[in-house]
Amino acid sequence: MEALKQELKSKIVEVLNLEDIAVADINDNDALFGDGLGLDSIDALELIVMLDKDYGIKLVDPKEGKTIFQSIETMAAYIGANRVK
Amino acid sequence: MVTNKTYIESFCTIQNNEVVLNGESVFKIDSTAFADFSKKAYQHFDINYPKFFKMDSLSKLAFLGAELLLKADNDPLVENNTALVFSNKSSSLDTDVKYQKSISDKENYFPSPAVFVYTLPNICLGEISIRHQLKSENSFYIFADFNPVFMEQYANLLLETKKADKVLCGWVEYYNEEYTAFLYLVGKQGDFMHNEQTLKKLYNN
Repeated sequence: MEALKQELKSKIVEVLNLEDIAVADINDNDALFGDGLGLDSIDALELIVMLDKDYGIKLVDPKEGKTIFQSIETMAAYIGANRVK
Repeated sequence: MVTNKTYIESFCTIQNNEVVLNGESVFKIDSTAFADFSKKAYQHFDINYPKFFKMDSLSKLAFLGAELLLKADNDPLVENNTALVFSNKSSSLDTDVKYQKSISDKENYFPSPAVFVYTLPNICLGEISIRHQLKSENSFYIFADFNPVFMEQYANLLLETKKADKVLCGWVEYYNEEYTAFLYLVGKQGDFMHNEQTLKKLYNN
């Protein structure tokens, strides 16, 4: 699980072009949206694509994203339980 | 209809890894890719706007030019009624091609929303408007070449009809690492007359 969290941090920084944020700056429980990393709605869509592309997880209900993408911790838990690749 | 004189208050050119502001080179680096050049220019001008790094190349190019010309003009207490009139030749083709590649393989079909949102040229005007809190007129035209006659008439029309207090005009062309930006701010005062001859001269310098 620890490796997956690190992997997610790296992917988020790279895929979402967070040029001013280092992987080491992201804590497992930091909010990804709002006051945390400050991600926006387009970033949320990119994260949904990333789940599909890298982990084979298709979100049927985009509203699920609100819970799944709360933090690295919640993302890793969801991916760990649902990944097919 | 257009009788009052208008002037070019300031202008800048971005091409070949160099930024020239009002005729003076203000940033230049050795040959490099646009992504690297734009990042270094962002750092050089001490811009603090992380969303810059999410933009496509056309928007980065327009944003950098606008940043230099509108920075001195920003008064947070006064609504900035600066219209935007931009044009180019290749529209958003550079990003369109990138997006097309992401959807061309049915076995590997992962369209990127972050790329898709830039598949229109006028998105760069939205980026500038958000940055500078502009709620003004804006339009983006596609021409084969920089069209000083049209640009002059349209900017003057906006000023004469009081649709805008100033007009930021621009030619922002980007395709496949080839880029040229020529931006200029038109208003009621300035060192250069705003006319076809001056625009041609400044554009070709």
